[in-house]
Amino acid sequence: MTFNRRQALVMSMGAAAAAVLPLRLSAAIEDNIAAFTGGAEIGEGGITLTAPEIAENGNTVPVSVSAPGATAIMILAAGNPTPAVGIFHFGPLAGAQSASTRIRLAGTQDVIAIAQMPDGSFVQASQEVKVTIGGCGG
Amino acid sequence: MISRRDFLQASMAASAIIGASGFGQWGRLAAQQALTQDQLLQFETFGNVSLIHLTDLHAQLKPIWFREPEINIGMGDNRGAVPHVTGADFRRLYGIDDGSASHYALTYDDFAALGQTYGKMGGIDRVATVVNAIRADRPDALFLDGGDTWHGSLPCYKTEGQDVVNVMNALRPDAMTFHWEFTLGSDRVREIIGDLPFDALGQNIFDAEWDEPSEDFKPYSFFERGGVKIAVIGQAFPYMPIANPGWMFPEYSFGIRDERMQEMVDEVRGMGAELVVCLSHNGFDVDKKMASRVQGIDVILAGHTHDALPEPVLVGETIIIASGSNGKFISRVDLDVRDGRMMGFRHKLIPIFSDVIAPDAEVTALVEAEHAPFADEMAEVIGTTDADTLLYRRGNFNGSWDDLICDALISEREADIAMSPGVRWGPSIMPGQDITREDIWNVTSMTYGKAYRTEMTGEFIHTILEDVADNLFNPDPYYQQGGDMVRLGGLGYTIDVNQPIGSRISGLTMLKTGETLDPASTYVVAGWASVNQATEGPQIWDVVENHIRKQDTVSVAPNTSVKVVGA
Repeated sequence: MTFNRRQALVMSMGAAAAAVLPLRLSAAIEDNIAAFTGGAEIGEGGITLTAPEIAENGNTVPVSVSAPGATAIMILAAGNPTPAVGIFHFGPLAGAQSASTRIRLAGTQDVIAIAQMPDGSFVQASQEVKVTIGGCGG
Repeated sequence: MISRRDFLQASMAASAIIGASGFGQWGRLAAQQALTQDQLLQFETFGNVSLIHLTDLHAQLKPIWFREPEINIGMGDNRGAVPHVTGADFRRLYGIDDGSASHYALTYDDFAALGQTYGKMGGIDRVATVVNAIRADRPDALFLDGGDTWHGSLPCYKTEGQDVVNVMNALRPDAMTFHWEFTLGSDRVREIIGDLPFDALGQNIFDAEWDEPSEDFKPYSFFERGGVKIAVIGQAFPYMPIANPGWMFPEYSFGIRDERMQEMVDEVRGMGAELVVCLSHNGFDVDKKMASRVQGIDVILAGHTHDALPEPVLVGETIIIASGSNGKFISRVDLDVRDGRMMGFRHKLIPIFSDVIAPDAEVTALVEAEHAPFADEMAEVIGTTDADTLLYRRGNFNGSWDDLICDALISEREADIAMSPGVRWGPSIMPGQDITREDIWNVTSMTYGKAYRTEMTGEFIHTILEDVADNLFNPDPYYQQGGDMVRLGGLGYTIDVNQPIGSRISGLTMLKTGETLDPASTYVVAGWASVNQATEGPQIWDVVENHIRKQDTVSVAPNTSVKVVGA
């Protein structure tokens, strides 16, 4: 099997992207990310993900994401059977590039947000959200 | 630091006489003569602002015995850092003499013997005396209540917090934040705060449906004291609906929300605040992390984890003050605020030795009046502790009170295994002391105290232990949800605190038979304080009372069923 130059570049960038993600990602998540980014490198900064450290109710966890200037933001729940949560698209007339929603988390896991910036670059933020049985409150 | 010298004046005076005093009533008299109220209150007024901090009273309006923890493990960056230093290590750290008043007040060992010398601590009437004395020095001192105030006794339960509210109002706090108060139910909380003559604060109390700041609680209050504009920002317990039953206050959401804390600090600074105080119920390690992430807080008054520290802890430019629990201590913090910033401070953790500080007669009478309808019920003697048994709870793992409660659950509810929550409240009972109904309620009373009896597989029991252990031993304080480790009866285990969730607990062994807990087998488990709605069973205080009544004299053997690795 031979690779042309473009394919080889895509592969190497994919490897770089995997290296900056401090997470062990399943194939399903990698597929989701690849479909969104086209395999482009993902940077840090310029995106804020707000989620509780510990979910009050794993069935409805409020998450907010903001990435000034972004054209689209994807949210993934890395530990869910179906990780894709959604993609928010922002048109040129959007007053702010932020969104809030509530998601169901199957258990303790990382929530990931990736934003596409107008220059075609991507940035990401992630946070662990703990889902616990609870009780024993001090 | 000034604070250490001030604090130690009391302890050194006491230690000079203890060698000659011995124990018993004579020792008590000696302590009274050596330790004076003037010494305990001695404070050179400093700067232009005074803060008075009381927190985690847990409805203990009268003097109590309260043994501090023996085991208090710090994780991650907090390993070996205060407040995760106990016993002799704590005394060495702060230069406290063995056998001194400070030894007794701040550390766990020799508690029963030293208690004979130094007597009970706390009592809201003594607290009132100290607050009034500080106000005599500085009439416009700010008095701030860190919460866990309207919970924890028989009369508090029966009056739904009203007895404590009435008494505390007589001390005229300036603001308050919350934790266990919410277990009165949100309707009752709103009813009480609607009548409070001071502000109910919580920047992190949100409307659960709209995920917006709740209109029922202000994020902060403004005060002008000593010519200084002071903002006090409230931070309620962040994990309310996780650690306690969320169905009792479904309208509210909490969380740490340090990004909003930063917004509030910026907002009050923008409004001209020269001093920013955070009245917090985060718990000490969470406060330390928050202080490192939120810029511009001058003072955090810390609560929840019941730590009493003789000196403030400095994080960046923020000082964190830990004022203990159950009325054992209050903190006085004098601040020099000039040119819009905090230039210096003087601090003293004031121990409330109940035999040394004179009660405020007006408040004593008020407490008596509030308790009068329940006096006979509270005073009934149910049993006695054996001469070898001190009953206490505080610590990361089982205390002897917990062992007794677990024994009661196993025997009264005919269970294989008992589970008791790792709460930090609950005063101690001295050896050879009568156990009254009041004492039992002091360690059990809550609005969700029904003692359930259910079946669980060994695997599920293991899952619960891993889950609770991670809530205590997660290296990141923001992921530590609340109390100490769940207490077990009938089951022993080994815990390696450094492992991740799922790998900490091993060697689960049924203590009666020595058999390994079988993941696939089903066991009968009795417990209390379930956060699930519609839990059924008798109230835990009745279970414990019945058990103690049958024992008459209670003896609890030292617990060796939990082996801790990696601490």
